[in-house]
Amino acid sequence: MADYDVPELHEYPIIPKLKEGVMAHSSPFIAAEKFQGPLGFPGELPENWKDIAIDKMGELLGKYRSLQVFLDICVHCGACTDKCHYFLGTTDAKNMPVARQELLRKVYRRYFTFAGKYFPKLVGAVDLSEEVLDDWYSYFHQCSQCRRCSVFCPYGIDTAEISMAAREILDAVGKGQKYCNEIIGKVFVIGNNLGLPERALADTLEGLEEDIEDETGVKVRLPLDVKGADILVVTPSADFFAEPHVDGLIGYAKVFHEAGVSWTLSSHASEAANFGMFIGSYENMRKLSLRIREAALELGVKRIVFGECGHAWRVAYSFLNTLAGPFDFLDPKYPVPQHILEFTYNLIQEGKLRLNKSENDHMRVTFHDSCNIARGAGMGQMEGGQFIIPREVIKAVCNHFYDMPQDTIHDATYCCGGGGGLLTDDLMELRVKGAQPRMEALKTVTEEHGITNLAAICAICKSQFAKVLPYYGFTMDQIVSVHQLVSNAIVLTGSEQEAELAAEAESK
Amino acid sequence: MSYVSTLYVGLFYAATVILVVGVALRIKKYAQIPAPLKIPTMPAPRTEAGVAMRMFREVVFFESLFRSNKWTWIFGYLFHFGMLLVLLRHLRYFTEPVWFWVNWVQPFGKYAAFAMLAGLLGLWARRFLVDRVRYISTPSDHLMLALLVGIVMSGLGMAYLAHTDIVAVKAFFLGLMHLSPQPLPGDLFLLVHLGLVALLMIIFPISKLLHAPGVFFSPTRNQVDDSRERRHIAPWAKELEASER
Repeated sequence: MADYDVPELHEYPIIPKLKEGVMAHSSPFIAAEKFQGPLGFPGELPENWKDIAIDKMGELLGKYRSLQVFLDICVHCGACTDKCHYFLGTTDAKNMPVARQELLRKVYRRYFTFAGKYFPKLVGAVDLSEEVLDDWYSYFHQCSQCRRCSVFCPYGIDTAEISMAAREILDAVGKGQKYCNEIIGKVFVIGNNLGLPERALADTLEGLEEDIEDETGVKVRLPLDVKGADILVVTPSADFFAEPHVDGLIGYAKVFHEAGVSWTLSSHASEAANFGMFIGSYENMRKLSLRIREAALELGVKRIVFGECGHAWRVAYSFLNTLAGPFDFLDPKYPVPQHILEFTYNLIQEGKLRLNKSENDHMRVTFHDSCNIARGAGMGQMEGGQFIIPREVIKAVCNHFYDMPQDTIHDATYCCGGGGGLLTDDLMELRVKGAQPRMEALKTVTEEHGITNLAAICAICKSQFAKVLPYYGFTMDQIVSVHQLVSNAIVLTGSEQEAELAAEAESK
Repeated sequence: MSYVSTLYVGLFYAATVILVVGVALRIKKYAQIPAPLKIPTMPAPRTEAGVAMRMFREVVFFESLFRSNKWTWIFGYLFHFGMLLVLLRHLRYFTEPVWFWVNWVQPFGKYAAFAMLAGLLGLWARRFLVDRVRYISTPSDHLMLALLVGIVMSGLGMAYLAHTDIVAVKAFFLGLMHLSPQPLPGDLFLLVHLGLVALLMIIFPISKLLHAPGVFFSPTRNQVDDSRERRHIAPWAKELEASER
């Protein structure tokens, strides 16, 4: 299947012995000039790239407290070294979070600290060179910015912050990643990561409406660009056509239908995802999120609800207010924005949804906490709500739910291996190896509880798992959306399912 | 006064200035750089009081380190807690009369020094025995541990092997504080101990010891989770917005 070895899954997690340089060959495609320009980056390495890079580092040190503090206070204690899924899966020493940070820190020390300027060998400071730059490009695209390391660092040093800064510096000297930068460009021009234009989107939604009517006998709408709707729904574009994402979208539509709310999607803001975060670019991240503000104003909505997307939810929950706020033109009764799970969970608590759990009886489900949601966002205005709410919703629609081992879930969850702009074919080896810890946990719970399906609420996780599960002896259809489970169980008013249930009840 | 006494007077004045000014400048820098985005490691407290508790648990119990690695936690905690007791006991050299609660620490001081040593040696051993920690250890990491071990052992040397005239030592330090320098005993252990301490003070603001003030500025630990409720925006970001209108 592959020209590299797929890591083994053990009965108990093993911390591997480190090897040097085994993933140095891993490097995503470089962005051509046409993808760099629209984002404000040079198309290739300028002559004075060294000065530009060091100036950029200085600029970032003055703009981000996280960068300055994290580069200064690491004591090399090694607490983080066995916590990164990429280290565990690849064993490459530079994938240990502290070692990854050192790639940047050793240059920071050389140009910005007393010890680095006058006693470089003592503190491991080095000059910036093309070799170092290439190393940055390779290894900062072996970090999915999942923040797991920050949970275990005594000071909360977050390699994601270092990784974002490094990619910003790389972009400033023309070394951008094709995957992320091309996609960001597409959103600017067309409105979403997939380059799905308005007409194609409208056709897709019509097709889904027909599918739902065939399945349930009910006309459930998926509205697009409706002025005056109450709720603007912003969801990852993968929800419009990929499997199992689209089953989640169908689930949201059914929930909104039963709730009787008026809602709409937007072709201008047809993308929840925000790849600007991955490249550490405040300006680009902001430009992308402003589309949501623009759509909300244009359509005159009162609420904004996000669909199942991981990093999008981090940007939405933690950054949207900062980047595109204030949202004082929206209904203050509701948080801005909300997550579809908050919406569904509230309805369930109010008893407003009829759910037939037996529709999911063929499945024994476990839940994958997506990194950006677990460690980068919240839900339900309670600490840890992002762990509680998805599980409560699953338990409301499924009879068989079991968690993976405690030290692999909640804030200790393992990244799927495809996040942070790494969900690309040119990084396949990295993605397969990075998935190892999560796959190992899945195997454990499968053996213990006969798990048949893995549920997730992140478009990247769903795509990554669909690709990577087969490498580890699972099948690609085992990954499901949480709102797919809801879609299976929900009983719509006036539906065939409702009639069947009524008939069953009468005949008893 | 002897040449050595004068040298140490100068050394400690210089070290104190470097330490205080150096750390103050760093703290000023950390305080003045904005944290433009809400990035607390979630789940995070939703109130300021909650954040204070989180920071308290980190600084007093090393909560995150405990979750990460029990061995590193044991050695790290032994060292830091031992150091705390030792430093508190050392206050007797800088205060007259000695504060009453410093007298309570007295009996623990010597055990604390051994705890410190055990912690330091354990941490140092990890830098050789664990491949992951060996890989990331720079010369300065080893030297820092050597420095601290040197301070502890020279201190223990004075406690158990060759007593020094601690009354004169106290007079020396009180003299420094009152700008009226007094002579310093010339014992080897004492000169080594104080020399290494001065070195520690001097390198503090240019080394990883900045983790001490720095942890309080870590955005992943000191931010409140209220991003939806309150708009958090840095001055430079506000300017960016304003420039677009």
